[in-house]
Amino acid sequence: MIGSNEILETIGMISAQHLDVRCITLGLSLFDCIRESGKATADKIYDKITHFAKDLVITGDKIAAIYGIPVVNKRVSVSPCSLIGASSGGFVEIAHALERAANETGIDFIGGYTALVHKGMTDYEQRFIMSIPEVLSITSKVCASVNIASTRAGINMDAIGLMGRIFKETAYLTRDKDSIGCAKLVAFANAVEDNPFMAGAFHGVGEADNVINVGVSGPGVVKAALELVDGDLTEIAECVKRTAFKVTRAGQLVAKAASEMLGAKFGIVDLSLAPTPVIGDSVAWILEEMGLEKVGCCGTTAALALLNDAVKKGGIMASSHVGGLSGAFIPVSEDIGMINAVVEGALTLSKLEAMTAVCSVGLDMIAIPGDTDEAVISAIIADEAAIGVVNNKTTAVRVIPAYGKVAGDFVEYGGLLGRAPVMEISKYSPAKFIKRGGRIPAPLHSNKN
Amino acid sequence: MKAFITVIGKDRVGIIAGVSTLLAEQKVNIEDISQTILQDNFTMIMRVDTAECALALDELAKKLTEKGESLGVVITIRHEDIFNAMHRI
Repeated sequence: MIGSNEILETIGMISAQHLDVRCITLGLSLFDCIRESGKATADKIYDKITHFAKDLVITGDKIAAIYGIPVVNKRVSVSPCSLIGASSGGFVEIAHALERAANETGIDFIGGYTALVHKGMTDYEQRFIMSIPEVLSITSKVCASVNIASTRAGINMDAIGLMGRIFKETAYLTRDKDSIGCAKLVAFANAVEDNPFMAGAFHGVGEADNVINVGVSGPGVVKAALELVDGDLTEIAECVKRTAFKVTRAGQLVAKAASEMLGAKFGIVDLSLAPTPVIGDSVAWILEEMGLEKVGCCGTTAALALLNDAVKKGGIMASSHVGGLSGAFIPVSEDIGMINAVVEGALTLSKLEAMTAVCSVGLDMIAIPGDTDEAVISAIIADEAAIGVVNNKTTAVRVIPAYGKVAGDFVEYGGLLGRAPVMEISKYSPAKFIKRGGRIPAPLHSNKN
Repeated sequence: MKAFITVIGKDRVGIIAGVSTLLAEQKVNIEDISQTILQDNFTMIMRVDTAECALALDELAKKLTEKGESLGVVITIRHEDIFNAMHRI
Protein backbone atom coordinates (compact mmCIF):
# COMPACT_ATOMS: atom_id res chain seq x y z
CA MET A 1 0.00 0.00 0.00
CA ILE A 2 1.33 3.38 -1.00
CA GLY A 3 1.98 5.69 1.96
CA SER A 4 0.64 9.21 2.41
CA ASN A 5 4.12 10.70 2.19
CA GLU A 6 4.68 9.02 -1.19
CA ILE A 7 1.36 10.30 -2.51
CA LEU A 8 2.12 13.81 -1.34
CA GLU A 9 5.63 13.62 -2.80
CA THR A 10 4.24 12.78 -6.23
CA ILE A 11 1.63 15.51 -5.99
CA GLY A 12 4.28 18.01 -4.92
CA MET A 13 6.46 17.04 -7.88
CA ILE A 14 3.61 17.62 -10.30
CA SER A 15 1.93 20.67 -8.79
CA ALA A 16 4.88 22.60 -7.34
CA GLN A 17 7.96 21.35 -9.20
CA HIS A 18 6.66 21.18 -12.78
CA LEU A 19 7.04 17.43 -13.29
CA ASP A 20 5.50 16.68 -16.64
CA VAL A 21 5.67 14.37 -19.59
CA ARG A 22 7.24 16.74 -22.06
CA CYS A 23 6.12 14.96 -25.17
CA ILE A 24 4.38 11.97 -26.63
CA THR A 25 5.76 11.53 -30.13
CA LEU A 26 4.19 9.17 -32.63
CA GLY A 27 6.73 7.83 -35.12
CA LEU A 28 5.39 7.02 -38.56
CA SER A 29 7.18 5.48 -41.50
CA LEU A 30 6.41 7.22 -44.78
CA PHE A 31 8.11 4.74 -47.08
CA ASP A 32 4.75 3.27 -48.07
CA CYS A 33 3.64 6.75 -49.16
CA ILE A 34 6.17 7.11 -52.00
CA ARG A 35 4.43 7.67 -55.35
CA GLU A 36 5.59 8.81 -58.80
CA SER A 37 4.67 12.46 -58.39
CA GLY A 38 5.26 14.89 -55.57
CA LYS A 39 1.55 15.62 -55.31
CA ALA A 40 0.51 11.97 -55.08
CA THR A 41 3.21 11.35 -52.47
CA ALA A 42 2.11 14.39 -50.47
CA ASP A 43 -1.55 13.33 -50.61
CA LYS A 44 -0.69 9.87 -49.35
CA ILE A 45 1.45 11.33 -46.55
CA TYR A 46 -1.41 13.58 -45.45
CA ASP A 47 -3.83 10.65 -45.43
CA LYS A 48 -1.49 8.42 -43.44
CA ILE A 49 -0.63 10.97 -40.76
CA THR A 50 -4.21 12.13 -40.28
CA HIS A 51 -5.31 8.49 -40.01
CA PHE A 52 -2.73 7.30 -37.47
CA ALA A 53 -2.43 10.51 -35.45
CA LYS A 54 -6.09 11.48 -35.37
CA ASP A 55 -6.48 10.45 -31.72
CA LEU A 56 -3.00 11.45 -30.53
CA VAL A 57 -3.98 14.76 -28.92
CA ILE A 58 -7.12 13.42 -27.26
CA THR A 59 -5.20 10.38 -25.99
CA GLY A 60 -2.51 12.60 -24.48
CA ASP A 61 -5.17 14.68 -22.76
CA LYS A 62 -6.96 11.57 -21.49
CA ILE A 63 -3.73 10.14 -20.03
CA ALA A 64 -3.03 13.47 -18.37
CA ALA A 65 -6.46 13.32 -16.72
CA ILE A 66 -6.20 9.69 -15.59
CA TYR A 67 -2.74 9.92 -14.07
CA GLY A 68 -2.91 13.58 -13.13
CA ILE A 69 0.38 14.40 -14.86
CA PRO A 70 0.54 17.05 -17.59
CA VAL A 71 1.34 15.83 -21.08
CA VAL A 72 2.69 19.03 -22.57
CA ASN A 73 3.27 18.26 -26.24
CA LYS A 74 1.87 15.80 -28.72
CA ARG A 75 4.02 15.39 -31.79
CA VAL A 76 4.62 13.27 -34.85
CA SER A 77 7.97 12.27 -36.30
CA VAL A 78 8.23 10.85 -39.81
CA SER A 79 10.82 9.12 -41.98
CA PRO A 80 13.50 11.43 -43.41
CA CYS A 81 11.66 13.36 -46.12
CA SER A 82 14.80 13.62 -48.27
CA LEU A 83 14.36 9.89 -48.94
CA ILE A 84 10.59 9.98 -49.27
CA GLY A 85 10.76 12.67 -51.96
CA ALA A 86 13.96 11.42 -53.59
CA SER A 87 12.24 10.04 -56.67
CA SER A 88 9.43 12.56 -57.15
CA GLY A 89 11.41 15.59 -55.97
CA GLY A 90 8.29 17.21 -54.52
CA PHE A 91 9.93 18.27 -51.28
CA VAL A 92 7.98 21.47 -50.75
CA GLU A 93 4.70 19.71 -51.54
CA ILE A 94 5.59 17.11 -48.90
CA ALA A 95 6.31 19.86 -46.38
CA HIS A 96 2.91 21.39 -47.09
CA ALA A 97 1.29 18.00 -46.51
CA LEU A 98 3.11 17.68 -43.16
CA GLU A 99 1.92 21.13 -42.09
CA ARG A 100 -1.69 20.45 -43.13
CA ALA A 101 -1.66 17.09 -41.33
CA ALA A 102 -0.22 18.72 -38.20
CA ASN A 103 -2.95 21.36 -38.25
CA GLU A 104 -5.67 18.82 -38.92
CA THR A 105 -4.63 16.55 -36.02
CA GLY A 106 -3.93 19.46 -33.65
CA ILE A 107 -0.39 18.31 -32.79
CA ASP A 108 2.26 20.82 -31.73
CA PHE A 109 5.10 19.97 -34.09
CA ILE A 110 5.97 17.49 -36.80
CA GLY A 111 9.60 16.44 -37.29
CA GLY A 112 11.32 14.57 -40.06
CA TYR A 113 12.02 17.14 -42.73
CA THR A 114 15.38 15.52 -42.50
CA ALA A 115 18.43 14.49 -44.51
CA LEU A 116 21.14 12.07 -43.38
CA VAL A 117 24.32 13.13 -45.15
CA HIS A 118 27.02 12.32 -42.60
CA LYS A 119 29.17 10.55 -45.16
CA GLY A 120 28.07 12.06 -48.43
CA MET A 121 25.33 13.96 -50.18
CA THR A 122 23.37 12.76 -53.19
CA ASP A 123 22.03 15.29 -55.71
CA TYR A 124 18.51 14.90 -54.38
CA GLU A 125 19.70 15.38 -50.80
CA GLN A 126 21.45 18.57 -51.83
CA ARG A 127 18.24 19.81 -53.48
CA PHE A 128 16.34 18.80 -50.36
CA ILE A 129 18.66 20.74 -48.06
CA MET A 130 18.38 23.78 -50.34
CA SER A 131 14.59 23.67 -49.83
CA ILE A 132 14.83 23.91 -46.02
CA PRO A 133 14.84 27.74 -45.68
CA GLU A 134 11.75 28.10 -47.85
CA VAL A 135 9.95 25.26 -46.06
CA LEU A 136 10.68 26.69 -42.60
CA SER A 137 9.42 30.09 -43.70
CA ILE A 138 6.11 28.88 -45.15
CA THR A 139 5.27 26.37 -42.40
CA SER A 140 5.01 26.82 -38.66
CA LYS A 141 4.95 23.26 -37.29
CA VAL A 142 7.42 21.47 -39.56
CA CYS A 143 10.86 20.84 -38.04
CA ALA A 144 13.98 20.14 -40.09
CA SER A 145 17.22 18.40 -39.25
CA VAL A 146 20.35 17.36 -41.10
CA ASN A 147 22.85 14.80 -39.84
CA ILE A 148 26.25 15.99 -41.02
CA ALA A 149 28.63 13.71 -39.12
CA SER A 150 28.91 10.39 -37.36
CA THR A 151 31.58 8.61 -35.38
CA ARG A 152 31.64 5.83 -37.98
CA ALA A 153 31.72 8.04 -41.09
CA GLY A 154 33.57 11.15 -39.98
CA ILE A 155 32.51 14.74 -40.62
CA ASN A 156 31.01 15.79 -43.95
CA MET A 157 32.51 19.25 -44.34
CA ASP A 158 30.79 19.83 -47.71
CA ALA A 159 27.41 19.41 -46.01
CA ILE A 160 28.55 21.59 -43.12
CA GLY A 161 29.62 24.29 -45.56
CA LEU A 162 26.15 24.20 -47.09
CA MET A 163 24.40 24.25 -43.69
CA GLY A 164 26.03 27.57 -42.75
CA ARG A 165 24.27 29.12 -45.72
CA ILE A 166 21.00 27.31 -44.90
CA PHE A 167 20.92 28.74 -41.37
CA LYS A 168 21.57 32.26 -42.72
CA GLU A 169 18.88 31.99 -45.40
CA THR A 170 16.37 30.58 -42.92
CA ALA A 171 17.09 33.45 -40.56
CA TYR A 172 16.60 35.95 -43.38
CA LEU A 173 13.36 34.43 -44.67
CA THR A 174 11.85 34.45 -41.17
CA ARG A 175 13.30 37.86 -40.23
CA ASP A 176 9.86 39.29 -39.42
CA LYS A 177 9.60 36.83 -36.51
CA ASP A 178 13.11 37.18 -35.03
CA SER A 179 14.43 34.49 -37.43
CA ILE A 180 12.25 31.84 -35.76
CA GLY A 181 12.83 29.40 -38.63
CA CYS A 182 16.24 28.61 -37.14
CA ALA A 183 14.53 27.45 -33.93
CA LYS A 184 13.08 24.62 -36.03
CA LEU A 185 16.37 23.59 -37.66
CA VAL A 186 19.06 21.33 -36.20
CA ALA A 187 22.41 20.19 -37.55
CA PHE A 188 23.34 16.88 -35.91
CA ALA A 189 26.32 14.65 -35.39
CA ASN A 190 25.39 11.07 -34.47
CA ALA A 191 21.65 11.79 -34.74
CA VAL A 192 19.46 9.20 -33.04
CA GLU A 193 16.54 7.56 -34.83
CA ASP A 194 14.07 7.53 -31.95
CA ASN A 195 14.36 11.04 -30.49
CA PRO A 196 10.94 12.29 -29.37
CA PHE A 197 12.12 15.88 -28.81
CA MET A 198 11.86 18.68 -31.35
CA ALA A 199 13.27 20.17 -33.40
CA GLY A 200 15.50 17.16 -34.03
CA ALA A 201 12.95 14.32 -34.05
CA PHE A 202 12.72 12.11 -37.10
CA HIS A 203 11.58 8.52 -37.52
CA GLY A 204 14.64 6.49 -38.41
CA VAL A 205 14.80 4.05 -41.29
CA GLY A 206 15.50 1.18 -38.90
CA GLU A 207 12.31 1.80 -36.95
CA ALA A 208 8.98 -0.04 -37.08
CA ASP A 209 5.84 1.81 -38.16
CA ASN A 210 3.42 3.46 -35.71
CA VAL A 211 5.68 3.74 -32.65
CA ILE A 212 5.24 5.78 -29.49
CA ASN A 213 8.30 7.50 -28.01
CA VAL A 214 7.94 9.53 -24.85
CA GLY A 215 10.12 12.29 -23.45
CA VAL A 216 9.98 12.96 -19.73
CA SER A 217 11.26 16.02 -18.00
CA GLY A 218 11.65 17.42 -14.52
CA PRO A 219 14.52 19.83 -13.85
CA GLY A 220 12.37 21.41 -11.12
CA VAL A 221 11.96 18.07 -9.37
CA VAL A 222 15.71 17.43 -9.35
CA LYS A 223 16.41 20.95 -8.08
CA ALA A 224 13.87 20.54 -5.26
CA ALA A 225 15.32 17.15 -4.27
CA LEU A 226 18.86 18.60 -4.19
CA GLU A 227 17.74 21.41 -1.88
CA LEU A 228 17.40 18.78 0.84
CA VAL A 229 20.91 17.34 0.33
CA ASP A 230 23.65 18.71 2.54
CA GLY A 231 26.27 16.13 1.63
CA ASP A 232 29.15 15.58 -0.77
CA LEU A 233 28.93 15.13 -4.52
CA THR A 234 28.47 11.36 -4.27
CA GLU A 235 25.31 12.04 -2.28
CA ILE A 236 24.27 14.61 -4.88
CA ALA A 237 24.68 12.00 -7.61
CA GLU A 238 22.68 9.45 -5.62
CA CYS A 239 19.87 11.97 -5.08
CA VAL A 240 19.73 12.78 -8.82
CA LYS A 241 19.62 9.05 -9.61
CA ARG A 242 16.73 8.39 -7.24
CA THR A 243 14.79 11.34 -8.61
CA ALA A 244 15.48 10.44 -12.23
CA PHE A 245 14.25 6.93 -11.52
CA LYS A 246 10.88 8.18 -10.26
CA VAL A 247 10.49 10.64 -13.13
CA THR A 248 11.31 8.00 -15.72
CA ARG A 249 8.90 5.50 -14.19
CA ALA A 250 6.13 8.03 -14.73
CA GLY A 251 7.28 8.35 -18.35
CA GLN A 252 7.31 4.59 -18.83
CA LEU A 253 3.75 4.37 -17.48
CA VAL A 254 2.56 7.07 -19.85
CA ALA A 255 4.40 5.54 -22.82
CA LYS A 256 2.80 2.15 -22.22
CA ALA A 257 -0.65 3.63 -21.71
CA ALA A 258 -0.36 5.80 -24.83
CA SER A 259 0.84 2.96 -27.04
CA GLU A 260 -1.98 0.67 -25.81
CA MET A 261 -4.67 3.32 -26.26
CA LEU A 262 -3.44 4.20 -29.75
CA GLY A 263 -2.79 0.65 -30.87
CA ALA A 264 0.84 1.58 -31.48
CA LYS A 265 4.12 -0.06 -30.49
CA PHE A 266 6.00 1.19 -27.47
CA GLY A 267 9.35 2.52 -28.64
CA ILE A 268 11.46 4.21 -26.00
CA VAL A 269 11.42 6.60 -23.08
CA ASP A 270 13.82 9.51 -23.45
CA LEU A 271 14.82 10.45 -19.93
CA SER A 272 15.93 13.97 -20.56
CA LEU A 273 15.98 16.95 -18.25
CA ALA A 274 14.40 19.49 -20.57
CA PRO A 275 14.04 22.96 -19.11
CA THR A 276 11.27 25.44 -19.86
CA PRO A 277 11.34 29.22 -19.43
CA VAL A 278 9.00 28.83 -16.43
CA ILE A 279 10.50 29.84 -13.09
CA GLY A 280 11.79 26.75 -11.30
CA ASP A 281 12.11 24.52 -14.36
CA SER A 282 15.76 25.24 -15.06
CA VAL A 283 18.76 22.96 -15.58
CA ALA A 284 21.03 25.92 -14.76
CA TRP A 285 19.46 26.17 -11.32
CA ILE A 286 20.24 22.50 -10.63
CA LEU A 287 23.91 23.23 -11.31
CA GLU A 288 23.75 26.30 -9.08
CA GLU A 289 22.05 24.24 -6.36
CA MET A 290 25.11 21.96 -6.44
CA GLY A 291 27.21 24.94 -5.38
CA LEU A 292 28.05 27.08 -8.39
CA GLU A 293 27.55 30.80 -7.79
CA LYS A 294 26.38 31.19 -11.36
CA VAL A 295 26.14 28.72 -14.20
CA GLY A 296 29.08 29.30 -16.54
CA CYS A 297 31.66 29.71 -13.80
CA CYS A 298 34.59 27.28 -13.54
CA GLY A 299 33.24 23.93 -12.36
CA THR A 300 30.14 24.10 -14.55
CA THR A 301 31.34 21.38 -16.92
CA ALA A 302 32.09 19.03 -14.01
CA ALA A 303 28.71 19.68 -12.40
CA LEU A 304 26.91 19.09 -15.70
CA ALA A 305 28.85 15.86 -16.28
CA LEU A 306 27.76 14.60 -12.86
CA LEU A 307 24.15 15.56 -13.58
CA ASN A 308 24.02 14.05 -17.06
CA ASP A 309 25.51 10.76 -15.90
CA ALA A 310 23.32 10.45 -12.80
CA VAL A 311 20.16 11.14 -14.83
CA LYS A 312 21.05 8.28 -17.16
CA LYS A 313 21.94 5.89 -14.36
CA GLY A 314 18.77 6.63 -12.43
CA GLY A 315 16.52 6.46 -15.43
CA ILE A 316 17.90 3.45 -17.22
CA MET A 317 16.47 0.88 -14.82
CA ALA A 318 13.12 2.64 -14.74
CA SER A 319 12.26 1.94 -18.36
CA SER A 320 12.32 -1.23 -20.41
CA HIS A 321 13.68 0.72 -23.37
CA VAL A 322 15.65 3.90 -22.91
CA GLY A 323 16.55 5.84 -26.04
CA GLY A 324 16.48 9.20 -27.71
CA LEU A 325 18.93 11.71 -26.34
CA SER A 326 18.52 10.92 -22.62
CA GLY A 327 20.47 13.35 -20.47
CA ALA A 328 20.48 17.04 -19.63
CA PHE A 329 19.50 19.65 -22.21
CA ILE A 330 21.06 23.10 -22.10
CA PRO A 331 19.02 25.24 -24.51
CA VAL A 332 19.77 28.84 -23.61
CA SER A 333 16.49 30.50 -24.62
CA GLU A 334 14.37 27.87 -22.89
CA ASP A 335 16.07 28.06 -19.49
CA ILE A 336 15.63 31.11 -17.27
CA GLY A 337 18.85 30.32 -15.38
CA MET A 338 20.87 30.14 -18.60
CA ILE A 339 19.34 33.37 -19.93
CA ASN A 340 20.20 35.21 -16.70
CA ALA A 341 23.74 33.84 -16.71
CA VAL A 342 24.32 35.05 -20.28
CA VAL A 343 22.85 38.48 -19.54
CA GLU A 344 25.07 38.83 -16.48
CA GLY A 345 28.17 37.80 -18.43
CA ALA A 346 28.71 34.58 -16.48
CA LEU A 347 28.00 32.21 -19.36
CA THR A 348 29.83 32.53 -22.67
CA LEU A 349 29.63 30.67 -25.95
CA SER A 350 32.97 28.97 -25.33
CA LYS A 351 31.81 27.67 -21.94
CA LEU A 352 28.61 26.40 -23.54
CA GLU A 353 30.71 24.58 -26.12
CA ALA A 354 32.69 22.88 -23.36
CA MET A 355 29.44 21.91 -21.64
CA THR A 356 28.21 20.21 -24.80
CA ALA A 357 31.00 17.65 -24.45
CA VAL A 358 29.24 16.26 -21.37
CA CYS A 359 25.55 17.05 -21.87
CA SER A 360 23.16 15.08 -24.03
CA VAL A 361 22.89 17.45 -26.97
CA GLY A 362 24.77 20.54 -28.05
CA LEU A 363 24.68 24.26 -28.72
CA ASP A 364 20.96 24.69 -28.50
CA MET A 365 18.74 27.73 -29.00
CA ILE A 366 21.61 30.19 -29.04
CA ALA A 367 21.13 33.54 -30.74
CA ILE A 368 24.15 35.06 -32.45
CA PRO A 369 24.50 38.38 -34.31
CA GLY A 370 22.61 38.57 -37.60
CA ASP A 371 25.69 39.62 -39.54
CA THR A 372 27.60 36.46 -38.58
CA ASP A 373 29.30 35.08 -41.68
CA GLU A 374 27.96 31.76 -42.97
CA ALA A 375 31.45 30.25 -42.72
CA VAL A 376 31.43 31.04 -38.98
CA ILE A 377 28.13 29.17 -38.58
CA SER A 378 29.58 26.25 -40.51
CA ALA A 379 32.60 26.32 -38.23
CA ILE A 380 30.38 26.26 -35.12
CA ILE A 381 28.69 23.18 -36.55
CA ALA A 382 32.08 21.61 -37.34
CA ASP A 383 33.31 22.20 -33.79
CA GLU A 384 30.21 20.58 -32.32
CA ALA A 385 30.41 17.71 -34.79
CA ALA A 386 34.02 17.12 -33.73
CA ILE A 387 32.97 16.93 -30.07
CA GLY A 388 30.21 14.46 -30.93
CA VAL A 389 32.25 12.32 -33.29
CA VAL A 390 35.27 12.03 -31.03
CA ASN A 391 33.26 11.44 -27.87
CA ASN A 392 30.89 9.01 -29.56
CA LYS A 393 27.81 10.99 -28.57
CA THR A 394 25.07 13.03 -30.17
CA THR A 395 25.77 16.71 -30.59
CA ALA A 396 23.57 19.27 -32.26
CA VAL A 397 23.63 22.88 -33.31
CA ARG A 398 20.52 25.02 -33.23
CA VAL A 399 21.84 28.55 -33.58
CA ILE A 400 19.86 31.60 -34.61
CA PRO A 401 21.79 34.22 -36.58
CA ALA A 402 19.11 36.75 -35.65
CA TYR A 403 18.59 39.03 -38.64
CA GLY A 404 19.26 42.69 -37.86
CA LYS A 405 20.29 42.00 -34.27
CA VAL A 406 23.61 42.58 -32.54
CA ALA A 407 25.16 41.19 -29.36
CA GLY A 408 23.15 42.27 -26.34
CA ASP A 409 19.79 42.38 -28.20
CA PHE A 410 17.12 39.77 -27.54
CA VAL A 411 15.06 37.47 -29.72
CA GLU A 412 11.60 36.76 -28.32
CA TYR A 413 9.56 33.69 -29.22
CA GLY A 414 7.36 33.05 -26.20
CA GLY A 415 6.01 29.67 -25.17
CA LEU A 416 8.44 26.79 -24.78
CA LEU A 417 10.96 28.42 -27.15
CA GLY A 418 11.38 31.35 -24.75
CA ARG A 419 13.71 34.29 -25.36
CA ALA A 420 17.41 34.44 -26.07
CA PRO A 421 20.05 37.11 -25.60
CA VAL A 422 22.18 37.57 -28.73
CA MET A 423 25.68 36.36 -27.79
CA GLU A 424 29.11 37.62 -28.76
CA ILE A 425 31.04 35.49 -31.23
CA SER A 426 34.65 35.44 -32.39
CA LYS A 427 35.28 37.87 -35.25
CA TYR A 428 38.17 35.89 -36.70
CA SER A 429 37.42 34.02 -39.89
CA PRO A 430 37.48 30.24 -40.43
CA ALA A 431 36.37 30.77 -44.06
CA LYS A 432 39.43 29.20 -45.69
CA PHE A 433 39.16 26.10 -43.49
CA ILE A 434 35.46 25.69 -44.27
CA LYS A 435 35.95 26.30 -48.00
CA ARG A 436 38.33 23.36 -48.26
CA GLY A 437 35.36 21.02 -47.87
CA GLY A 438 35.83 17.27 -48.07
CA ARG A 439 35.42 14.87 -45.20
CA ILE A 440 37.24 14.80 -41.89
CA PRO A 441 38.11 11.12 -41.44
CA ALA A 442 36.43 9.06 -38.74
CA PRO A 443 38.45 8.84 -35.52
CA LEU A 444 40.62 5.83 -34.77
CA HIS A 445 38.33 4.48 -32.08
CA SER A 446 35.41 4.23 -34.53
CA ASN A 447 37.06 1.20 -36.12
CA LYS A 448 35.81 -1.33 -33.65
CA ASN A 449 35.05 -4.28 -35.91
CA MET B 1 -10.04 0.89 -11.01
CA LYS B 2 -8.29 1.97 -7.84
CA ALA B 3 -7.43 5.62 -7.47
CA PHE B 4 -6.22 8.08 -4.88
CA ILE B 5 -8.10 11.30 -4.16
CA THR B 6 -6.31 14.11 -2.38
CA VAL B 7 -8.05 17.06 -0.81
CA ILE B 8 -5.80 19.93 0.21
CA GLY B 9 -6.84 23.34 1.54
CA LYS B 10 -7.98 25.38 4.50
CA ASP B 11 -9.88 23.34 7.07
CA ARG B 12 -13.59 24.08 7.44
CA VAL B 13 -16.87 22.35 8.28
CA GLY B 14 -18.25 20.00 5.66
CA ILE B 15 -15.24 19.05 3.54
CA ILE B 16 -15.43 15.31 4.17
CA ALA B 17 -19.21 15.38 3.94
CA GLY B 18 -19.11 17.26 0.65
CA VAL B 19 -16.56 14.96 -0.95
CA SER B 20 -18.04 11.70 0.33
CA THR B 21 -21.56 12.70 -0.74
CA LEU B 22 -20.35 13.28 -4.28
CA LEU B 23 -18.50 9.97 -4.27
CA ALA B 24 -21.58 8.11 -2.97
CA GLU B 25 -23.74 9.68 -5.71
CA GLN B 26 -21.26 8.46 -8.31
CA LYS B 27 -21.04 4.98 -6.74
CA VAL B 28 -17.38 5.38 -5.87
CA ASN B 29 -16.42 3.22 -2.89
CA ILE B 30 -14.06 4.72 -0.31
CA GLU B 31 -11.64 2.04 0.88
CA ASP B 32 -9.35 4.05 3.09
CA ILE B 33 -9.15 7.60 4.43
CA SER B 34 -6.34 9.40 6.19
CA GLN B 35 -6.21 13.04 7.11
CA THR B 36 -3.74 15.36 8.68
CA ILE B 37 -2.87 19.03 8.99
CA LEU B 38 0.29 19.81 7.02
CA GLN B 39 1.72 23.34 7.23
CA ASP B 40 -1.70 24.68 8.32
CA ASN B 41 -3.35 22.90 5.39
CA PHE B 42 -6.06 20.32 5.75
CA THR B 43 -4.79 17.29 3.82
CA MET B 44 -6.97 14.27 3.19
CA ILE B 45 -6.03 11.22 1.15
CA MET B 46 -8.67 8.69 0.09
CA ARG B 47 -8.11 5.39 -1.64
CA VAL B 48 -11.17 4.65 -3.73
CA ASP B 49 -12.55 2.00 -6.04
CA THR B 50 -14.32 3.31 -9.13
CA ALA B 51 -15.45 -0.08 -10.49
CA GLU B 52 -19.16 0.76 -10.05
CA CYS B 53 -18.84 4.37 -11.17
CA ALA B 54 -20.44 5.11 -14.53
CA LEU B 55 -18.15 8.05 -15.24
CA ALA B 56 -14.71 7.82 -16.80
CA LEU B 57 -11.90 8.94 -14.50
CA ASP B 58 -11.41 12.24 -16.35
CA GLU B 59 -15.12 13.04 -16.00
CA LEU B 60 -15.06 12.17 -12.31
CA ALA B 61 -11.97 14.34 -11.94
CA LYS B 62 -13.89 17.26 -13.42
CA LYS B 63 -16.75 16.84 -10.93
CA LEU B 64 -14.28 16.63 -8.05
CA THR B 65 -12.51 19.77 -9.23
CA GLU B 66 -15.84 21.62 -9.30
CA LYS B 67 -16.72 20.31 -5.83
CA GLY B 68 -13.32 21.46 -4.59
CA GLU B 69 -13.94 24.94 -5.92
CA SER B 70 -17.24 25.16 -4.04
CA LEU B 71 -15.58 23.93 -0.83
CA GLY B 72 -12.52 26.16 -1.19
CA VAL B 73 -10.07 23.24 -1.42
CA VAL B 74 -8.07 21.58 -4.20
CA ILE B 75 -9.28 18.08 -5.02
CA THR B 76 -7.42 15.76 -7.40
CA ILE B 77 -7.88 12.14 -8.36
CA ARG B 78 -5.20 9.97 -9.91
CA HIS B 79 -5.08 6.36 -11.00
CA GLU B 80 -3.06 4.46 -8.39
CA ASP B 81 -0.65 3.22 -11.07
CA ILE B 82 1.15 6.58 -11.16
CA PHE B 83 2.07 6.18 -7.48
CA ASN B 84 2.96 2.51 -7.83
CA ALA B 85 5.14 3.32 -10.83
CA MET B 86 7.05 6.08 -9.07
CA HIS B 87 7.44 4.51 -5.64
CA ARG B 88 7.55 0.74 -6.13
CA ILE B 89 10.07 -1.28 -8.10
